[in-house]
Amino acid sequence: MSLEPRYMEYKDYYKTLGVTRDASPEEIKRAFRKNARKYHPDVNTGPEADAKFKDVNEAYEVLKDPERRAAYDQLGQAPHSDGAQYRPPPDWDSGFQFSGGGADSSGTFSDFFETLFRRGQHPMGGRASGGGSDSHAKIHIEIEDAYAGTTRVLSLRTPVVDQNGSVNLQDRNISVRIPKGVTQGQHIRLSGQGAPSFDAGPSGDLFLEVAFAPHPVYRADGKDLHLDLPIAPWEAALGGHVVMPTPGGKVDLRIPKNARTGQKLRLKGKGLPGAIAGDIYATLKIVNPKVSTEEARKLFEQMAEAMPFDPRAHLGG
Amino acid sequence: MKKAKRRSVLVDALSLQDLCRFCEADEAWVIELVEHGVLEPNGASSETWRFRGVNILRAKKARRLNRDLGINIAGIAMVLELLEERDAISRRLAQYEAV
Repeated sequence: MSLEPRYMEYKDYYKTLGVTRDASPEEIKRAFRKNARKYHPDVNTGPEADAKFKDVNEAYEVLKDPERRAAYDQLGQAPHSDGAQYRPPPDWDSGFQFSGGGADSSGTFSDFFETLFRRGQHPMGGRASGGGSDSHAKIHIEIEDAYAGTTRVLSLRTPVVDQNGSVNLQDRNISVRIPKGVTQGQHIRLSGQGAPSFDAGPSGDLFLEVAFAPHPVYRADGKDLHLDLPIAPWEAALGGHVVMPTPGGKVDLRIPKNARTGQKLRLKGKGLPGAIAGDIYATLKIVNPKVSTEEARKLFEQMAEAMPFDPRAHLGG
Repeated sequence: MKKAKRRSVLVDALSLQDLCRFCEADEAWVIELVEHGVLEPNGASSETWRFRGVNILRAKKARRLNRDLGINIAGIAMVLELLEERDAISRRLAQYEAV
């Protein structure tokens, strides 16, 4: 099996784990555990956690194995700056025998890893025969999509083993129906869209975890939505009806007299739809108009004179 | 394309076997999660259990925490509770931060 010359990004696995090149196996293990905890995607909700976690696992996959580590060390340092295009020297791995292919890690690592350490092995580990394994991925949708339901086209990159036994990444598009009323953390199953089988068996399923993209107005909690609703001082004082746009259409909302900032109003059944529809919780926020005209200034002056009001009365003193 | 459309279904209620396949765990381990109160299925016996809603995501997270960080079930129970608390606090905090 010859390695076709290709260019890819060089990965500095020592830097990824934050250890020196002469780190002991214990130091490497310690650094891996620490980083894995820090970047675990279930714990760290930061946008880069997923990628970092994958990098850390990839680095450990190589550095924990004495054979792989030795082979990796022989490659030397990154040729130029970090992240430079890297091409492995021919026969770089002669004399090394790799055992196993990181069977407990599902999915694929970087091109760098896949080319150097996993040629010809099935990247999924997984089932030996009978059928392909299931895959898991996340899909980000807008809250509005969850109200109405929608169809999304998803680009998937799956590793496929060809007749020669080498692994190629194959891109494909599939259409996904997002049902109306879906909530964050629910899963959509796509039968037969997981990893293909080794032999003639059926492909695995693809499970998509639904996540909502951050919304400028709403925060979702299950089927309920929360938002801050700005109201004018006179709306707060006098009460009355305001028209509020929601993803499900405009709704009429009654503001009680003498409404306070922070007061919560519930719009029953106006949250995400379903057998039991969610609610919308609007937290009132009194917003003062910018006083820019003489007329507006006079109105406020009148209020200041006519209304005995000390907003700091409760502070005492 | 049409084929894929028909085949996409919302994962709603999973049996013990379905859940095990879904999060690549064995039955004994999932039963232990139930015994620790991490998962709360409907149904009287493990044969009739149905895992719904938040339990499905919780099982997936539990399995990943176990597989990736080597956390045992008591530890997972506590981590998940603290994470849910943290998420609730973040949501409340978002209310007070200027948008």
